[in-house]
Amino acid sequence: MIRIDQVGLTLHGHDILTDVSAEIPKTGITALIGPNGAGKSSLLHCVAGLTRTSAGRIEVDGLDIAAAPDLERARTLAILTQSQAVSSRLKVEDLVAFGRWPHHQGQITARDRDIVDEALDTFGLQDLRGRYLDTLSGGQRQRAFVAMTHAQSTGWLLLDEPLNALDPRYAHDLMSRLHAMSRPGPDSRAVVIVVHDLNAAAAWADRVVAMKDGRVVAAGPRDEVLTETTLTGLFDTPFGVLSHANRLFIFTNG
Amino acid sequence: MAETARRIPTLPVLPLLGGVLALGVVLFLGWNLSGPVGFILELRVTKLVALVLVGAGIGMATVLFQTLAGSRLLTPGIVGFDALFVFLQTLLVISLGGLGYTMLPPTAKFLAETGILIVAAMALFGVLLKDGARDMTRMILAGVILGVLLRGLAALGQRTLDPSEFAVVQQAVVASFNTVPKDQLAIAALVLLIATTLSLRLAGRMDVAALGERTARSLGLNYRRTALQALALVAAMSAVSTALVGPITFLGLLASSLAHHVAGTHRHAVLLPAAALIGAAILVYGQFVFERLLSMQSSLALLVEFAGGVLFLALVLRRAR
Repeated sequence: MIRIDQVGLTLHGHDILTDVSAEIPKTGITALIGPNGAGKSSLLHCVAGLTRTSAGRIEVDGLDIAAAPDLERARTLAILTQSQAVSSRLKVEDLVAFGRWPHHQGQITARDRDIVDEALDTFGLQDLRGRYLDTLSGGQRQRAFVAMTHAQSTGWLLLDEPLNALDPRYAHDLMSRLHAMSRPGPDSRAVVIVVHDLNAAAAWADRVVAMKDGRVVAAGPRDEVLTETTLTGLFDTPFGVLSHANRLFIFTNG
Repeated sequence: MAETARRIPTLPVLPLLGGVLALGVVLFLGWNLSGPVGFILELRVTKLVALVLVGAGIGMATVLFQTLAGSRLLTPGIVGFDALFVFLQTLLVISLGGLGYTMLPPTAKFLAETGILIVAAMALFGVLLKDGARDMTRMILAGVILGVLLRGLAALGQRTLDPSEFAVVQQAVVASFNTVPKDQLAIAALVLLIATTLSLRLAGRMDVAALGERTARSLGLNYRRTALQALALVAAMSAVSTALVGPITFLGLLASSLAHHVAGTHRHAVLLPAAALIGAAILVYGQFVFERLLSMQSSLALLVEFAGGVLFLALVLRRAR
């Protein structure tokens, strides 16, 4: 369970987050949606402990994120951020292996190798494992970074716009894998994802948290949040929502 | 950039580089050895130790610095450290006078200089690398402008000096391996030995830090503490090397670029010793060629600056494309 309690964030005099409270159960996929500048990424960074909150408290599995030791935090949750500036010349398999660092901080074990191998398999990177990152396309790079967070073997996966740069095939691939690994089970991972593609949220998310101007405006099961009224108010744009064959289809109305 | 010629990961890079350096050492000490052998050997060994210490220190400092800066282009020397050294020397001669400066007890002067340089370097790098230092343009501009400012101030100060004092400054700010006192060598060796040990212990964390601050922190690295420790090591190694012989701005760039190239790995446990061996080898071979084969004195620093400067330009132009 992620418990976000009256969190505020002020950067250089601007209120980025104001009095944000939410509870995210440790199962399934939770999508964070909202217009640009709503504070979705900032909230994700605060939950991951990358940004220090100005007010309030965040707990992940009972761990106070602000006070948690760095390594314990990295063994509890993994985050994929939006831009990755890597100065080393790394191969894909080296990058994915860094996901194991919070667990060993030094010599890699056979178990670590197996987990890295499995992550490469899962994200279709076996053919690319020996390639250097700077020779990859944006989408391939993105998959390598997702594989790294996966190899961290944490109960929580936080992904900031992972669908960016992915073609429809890999976007679908990624979402269906995240969906599969977030189903209840012994190795289940709870997923929190920032998405702009509302139809992806409609297709895969179990719960949706809608944010605007640094506040949470709606949160709950997918079908309750992804409604015409909520979306129209959220984006200040007329939205239509169709239900067909047990699925939701979202579009803007001219 | 197309991938060419896959490097063989099992290639024993470090033993190879060690062998290259050892051969250089043998050549440097043994070439044309005649006359009062004991006396000549002692001179040569002293000079050799200075060459190896400075090359290794600058090489490792540059690798650490480049990882923190997230750039293979910047070095402590390029972002203004060497200008700082010139400025401090000028200031010292102005405030003490040429005679006062030359009368300073050498060891005390060396220690004080090293101390001041460490503090000043921490301040300089700390300011430049604040906020993660991913803003390359700001880094280069700030470093270059600071360098120009310090050099300008030093030049202004030098104009107020009389010719003999000016000559003292000139001597102090051009790198030379010809007259390095043994007690200073011993101190430098001790500092560099400690710094090398600490650097190697930091190597694994530097691998993670090279992923960038955000990713490193998401993997549970205490980035601030790691960066501060690495900066302190950079400052100590740069300061002690520069205080020992004077600034060689582009040596670090040469050593680090070659180390990254031949090591073909992101692991600092290999990169750091590789850069140390290469930095030392550049100086030992350079001095050997100049002194033994060409019978020239003290043009080594010039040659290193020339080669390094050309490499720097090539790197800048390749990036600009």
